[in-house]
Amino acid sequence: MQIQLNGEARTLEADASVARLVEALGLTGRRIAVEVNEEIVPKSVHAETRLAEGDRVEIVHAIGGG
Amino acid sequence: MIDIFQDAPLRIAGREFASRLLVGTGKYRDFDETGEAIAASGAEVVTFAVRRTNLGQDAAAPNLLDVVSPERYTLLPNTAGCYTAKDAVRTCRLARELLDGHNLVKLEVLGDDTTLYPDVVETLAAAETLINDGFDVMVYTSDDPIVARELERLGCCAVMPLGSLIGSGHGIQNPHNIRLIIEQAAVPVLVDAGIGTASEAALAMELGCDGVLMNSAIAHARQPLLMASAMKQAVQAGREAFLAGRMPRRQSAEPSSPLAGRINA
Repeated sequence: MQIQLNGEARTLEADASVARLVEALGLTGRRIAVEVNEEIVPKSVHAETRLAEGDRVEIVHAIGGG
Repeated sequence: MIDIFQDAPLRIAGREFASRLLVGTGKYRDFDETGEAIAASGAEVVTFAVRRTNLGQDAAAPNLLDVVSPERYTLLPNTAGCYTAKDAVRTCRLARELLDGHNLVKLEVLGDDTTLYPDVVETLAAAETLINDGFDVMVYTSDDPIVARELERLGCCAVMPLGSLIGSGHGIQNPHNIRLIIEQAAVPVLVDAGIGTASEAALAMELGCDGVLMNSAIAHARQPLLMASAMKQAVQAGREAFLAGRMPRRQSAEPSSPLAGRINA
């Protein structure tokens, strides 16, 4: 299936969870936050939250700023 | 020595801080310089931005939060770069998730990318949504006293008018408006944006501000660590001068030494 990840198309195995995506990106355990279709997905439910075709996923982190 | 100066802490939404200087983490050469400058500033509240993770980067690469740890500092996520209330609210919710539920945020909704002037209409809308969602909102705004009053009425925990445009280093362009905002506010007022050098930070505090927030003035100084130290002292000097109360201004001179007893009298 295809999703939009941080504004870019990305192909993922069907039914992948948020946790699986985070793992595939090498971001497990990093300080990140995940939003799917403009709704926060709390860390506590990354494993059980399944992604679907066309989902818009944002993964963000902290950077320097004023 | 008698300790003549015992200031009350800065209180923001139930949190207490000894330092009245708040600093940003943008524009530094690297994370080492960021960490050292913040330490030199004595700041306890440190702002950062929320951005998309660079995918495919080295997962072991250092992260800002490794240098500016939530254990040591009160982190203040900033919605810088947001031009709508909707984006600002989304950014705050992402930041709260990022920081495991930490709900103190700096709300900043910009009007355009040449002035970076706050869009107060969008700011007011975002503030209301965020407060209803349980956030403690420190809000960046214009130096309009009526807007500041409305943001306080909505429940913002600190009002932060600009001194001048973000990153401009033009200091405090309208000290009279800043004073009007301070006089009417029951929540802390902090000048946020525009400070260029130490005397301008001291002026903000002499006007009666509860604190000052800055980034570029330190990060873009030729020697950021030295400027961080200067700002720390300026904010404290300005605060002490405000509490001490300045002498009245006079139209004419008045000698400091007595007139009586002069040798030629």
